[in-house]
Amino acid sequence: MDDAPSYGYLSVAVIRSLQVESVLHEVMAATMKKVFESEWVSRLIDGLLPVFATLAALLVGAVMLLFLKVNPIEAYKALWVGAFGTSNAFAETLVKATPLLLVGLGICISFRGDVINIGGEGQMIIGAIVATWVGLTFTTLPGWLVITLAMLAGFAGGAVWGGIPGVLKAYFRVNEILSTVMMNAIAVQLMNFLLRGPMIDPAQAELASKIPQTARLLEIFRLPRLIPTRLHLGALIAVILAVLVYILLWRTTLGYRIRAVGQNPHASRYAGIKVPRYIVLALLLSGAFSGLAGATQVFGVNYRMITDGSASGFTGSAGFNGIVAALFGQLHPIWSIPASILFGALLVGANSMQRVVQVPSALVIALNGLVVVFVVSSEIWRQKRQRRRLSVARQDGDSPPPADEQPVPHTEAGT
Amino acid sequence: MISDLFSVTVLVGILASGIRLATPYLYAAIGETFSQRSGVLNLGVEGQMLLGAFAAFYVTLTTGNLWLGLMTAMLVGALMGLAMAYVTVNLQAQQGISGIGFYLFGLGMSDLLFQKLMGTVETVKGFPKIHIPGLSDIPGIGEIFFSQNILVYGAYLLVPIAWFVLNKTTLGLKIRSVGENPDAADSLGVNVGRIRYFTIILGGILSGVAGASLSIALLNVFQQNMTSGQGFIAVALVYFGAWRPTGVLGGALLFSLINALQLWVQVLNIPVPSEIAVMMPYVLTILVLVTSVSKVRAPSALSKPFEREN
Amino acid sequence: MKKFAWLLTLVLALSLVLSACGAGATPTPAPVEKFRVAVVMPSAINDLAFSQSMYDALVRVQKDMGGPDKFEIVYSENMFVVDDAAAAIRDYATKGYDLVIAHGSQYGSSLQEIAPDFPDTSFAWGTTVDTFGLPNVFAYEAASQEGGYVNGVLAAALTNTDVIGVIGPIETGDAKLYVDGFKAGVLSAKPGAQVNVNYIGSFSDTALAAEAATTHIAAGADILTGTAQMVVGAIGKAEEANVLWFGTQSNQSSLAPKIVVASQVYHWEVVLKQMIDLIQGGTLGGQSFTANLANGGEVIEVNPDSNVFDYAKPLAEDTVKGIIDGSIKITLP
Repeated sequence: MDDAPSYGYLSVAVIRSLQVESVLHEVMAATMKKVFESEWVSRLIDGLLPVFATLAALLVGAVMLLFLKVNPIEAYKALWVGAFGTSNAFAETLVKATPLLLVGLGICISFRGDVINIGGEGQMIIGAIVATWVGLTFTTLPGWLVITLAMLAGFAGGAVWGGIPGVLKAYFRVNEILSTVMMNAIAVQLMNFLLRGPMIDPAQAELASKIPQTARLLEIFRLPRLIPTRLHLGALIAVILAVLVYILLWRTTLGYRIRAVGQNPHASRYAGIKVPRYIVLALLLSGAFSGLAGATQVFGVNYRMITDGSASGFTGSAGFNGIVAALFGQLHPIWSIPASILFGALLVGANSMQRVVQVPSALVIALNGLVVVFVVSSEIWRQKRQRRRLSVARQDGDSPPPADEQPVPHTEAGT
Repeated sequence: MISDLFSVTVLVGILASGIRLATPYLYAAIGETFSQRSGVLNLGVEGQMLLGAFAAFYVTLTTGNLWLGLMTAMLVGALMGLAMAYVTVNLQAQQGISGIGFYLFGLGMSDLLFQKLMGTVETVKGFPKIHIPGLSDIPGIGEIFFSQNILVYGAYLLVPIAWFVLNKTTLGLKIRSVGENPDAADSLGVNVGRIRYFTIILGGILSGVAGASLSIALLNVFQQNMTSGQGFIAVALVYFGAWRPTGVLGGALLFSLINALQLWVQVLNIPVPSEIAVMMPYVLTILVLVTSVSKVRAPSALSKPFEREN
Repeated sequence: MKKFAWLLTLVLALSLVLSACGAGATPTPAPVEKFRVAVVMPSAINDLAFSQSMYDALVRVQKDMGGPDKFEIVYSENMFVVDDAAAAIRDYATKGYDLVIAHGSQYGSSLQEIAPDFPDTSFAWGTTVDTFGLPNVFAYEAASQEGGYVNGVLAAALTNTDVIGVIGPIETGDAKLYVDGFKAGVLSAKPGAQVNVNYIGSFSDTALAAEAATTHIAAGADILTGTAQMVVGAIGKAEEANVLWFGTQSNQSSLAPKIVVASQVYHWEVVLKQMIDLIQGGTLGGQSFTANLANGGEVIEVNPDSNVFDYAKPLAEDTVKGIIDGSIKITLP
């Protein structure tokens, strides 16, 4: 048969091509499998969990909006546009995120050290007061110097206000939740007293209305703006500090010791670490970052201190919301950056939603609460997946992931 | 003048005010004591109080039935507790943070309902002062101890009950063991999750009552954010009281009495800036704790989620 | 997890790009004849106090001007966070509202920043007299010491114990003005009377305000007054003890019809109408207004259900008349 060789050739070719195809199939299947099961995608899904959780919370919020006879699509469009819709909106989101990130960085340190600092509000206020005082006192010095001094002063003021609960906890066994709650209230009263008395704007002291505010900072003392919006240098400072805090926590002995004390104080003590000292340091540093947040609010946003009698009037509750942002970011300084932006966007967008569709601000607050609950609840899936990955990795004989990627320890409230 | 502070009127006034002011703190802090003893930190007390306060007020306003109002507050508190328990026990969420979420939810939701259902501040007739013939008429003492409303008495009655339950009953033993060593408790057959559900819901109910004690017993109005941070103070008082109902009572009374005292300092025109006077309860609470060093340890498993080892 | 950061950055970057495209879609301009007002307020529109006084006034203006078709009101309430308020003010200005009201003295600093960027928008802020010399900023305030003085004169006439209690939030602004005026009124009518003032350090602590009232009563006060939204707790205590109450900012008679003698009520519409007329005539700012008894921006509303109405009404009218014609001079400490 003439055709035989060609037939044979053909058949060989077919068989070969089939083989190639099956190999290709195998390769493709393996690749697909790898893609779906790879760290990368898996971690991506993990990373997006807070976003999914936020969306789920907003879905519940949509039902509430329907009850209020508001079109949820319209409302959420307003939220999105208000947070990201224009460059100005996005700048506002970043402005909002800045103090959240700064407070959150401090929270990363203190919660890693197993101290719960809920005194961010008070620490922000004290930092702002000290920084404002610097800005109003040294009016003859050059701008860059005063800004630097003021930021350092804010840092130091917050450190003192955070350090006091630290000392009380480390040496007097006073629980830090108690002392930081009380110190918040004390800081508010101190602010109210100073702003209507010794630090009042001289112009207001003349008037009958006596608005409790300080004088305005000189223009050269303001934190420079990055683009023609309210976005100021503080945002950049916060991001740089996030990197520094990362280095502090994972690349220095100090950071290692703070984390060691946080994870196991008893073992740390046996290892020769002076536990009380690191408890004080953890709270002190935590307070310092909140103090800096307060200082940047004054020098970057308000240019003076004003009080409405409450803490949140000045802080915008950043001292509390910063905790949330840090925990959204897995108590990791770098991840706290996107987490702060997400939470900042939510706050800014929600206000815009109130303006556009005229929903009561109360709904916005309730919605934020839902988001926090949903996001924190979604953690369990991340942990489950992470554990599964770890066990798979162990079976494959891979080396364990680097220390900083291990599951976040649960913070505890000890005395 | 300062010497005016030492008159009978003032002392009676301070004691009577202090006892009233301590009431919401007691309910909320004892509820929190239960949940912390079982290892759960609930920072959402303030939100539970606000929703409880609104529920009690609104039901009382519409039905005129105070007891129904109180029951609704308890129910709302229980529901908030149930949600909190699901999130902390089943989903093992970070407790401090989920608490803040529940606080924000309660803060917003109570105000939203208030705006939608009522729209403006109104008043109700709250629980009346109980007049005990004879006792109430004793000068001074009668005013302090025998002419308060029923929810005030309830708060103080709660202290020995809570002490008894925690220290003298099997339930209390289970609660404490779950808070100290959940693994051991689990191996002994204690259902850790169920105990924590119980304490968190109980905490929610008591926070609801704390809110109701404001809205339908002490103040008889509802207003947005009317608790004004009291829920957080209540959590702080649990630490002050070192997780013991009697200690919580001491802390609540101390804080409230100093608060009552500072009101008198201003009323008597003692020349102290008002802010310094307002600061006093916070400063002194810390100072008292500093000077009286307590060696009591926190429940070991506090704020740690429990998961069975497989 | 680091990927999360990357992804979010990507999303954010994308949204920035989208925003650049979206910026073109500006809202359609409103019909010319409709006057659009936006107001930013520190507390809720139904607080029976400062914010409600403005909201009620706007609603009254709306009614006079022919309803929502002629006069649009939008509001942001509970903007107690100063920089949230700033964002709201800027946003309203961007959206082309004819008048943006910053109803809180703490917003002034923000307004000073924002107003120059929107020269065609008119802004108003209160309570103050300071327009920062800007041509598009109006300032308004209430002479709350005047109403305080009238209340004080009535209180002095009605007290039997000569002890009067006052509850305030923090010792500044509108609250201080009212309290000082009240004190002056009491002492002018009864120099020997004792006025005890208690600032509780908060605008929201209803429980402490109530206990402050009880403390005043225990100290012998038979008349109470107070300012800001947390005093609703105190009014209840006054009612329980059957002690008379004087209100301010909004009419508080509904809370305790038996014991509220009179309330100083702000009628901001007097001020608002002047501003609106000026804006429609092309003047966008540069002036400051005071709501007072003479121009009807403040009204003493004596509660007709009060037992002492027949006595209080003529005395209030006489005092108001005296303040208007200048025969009564109020000297504040």
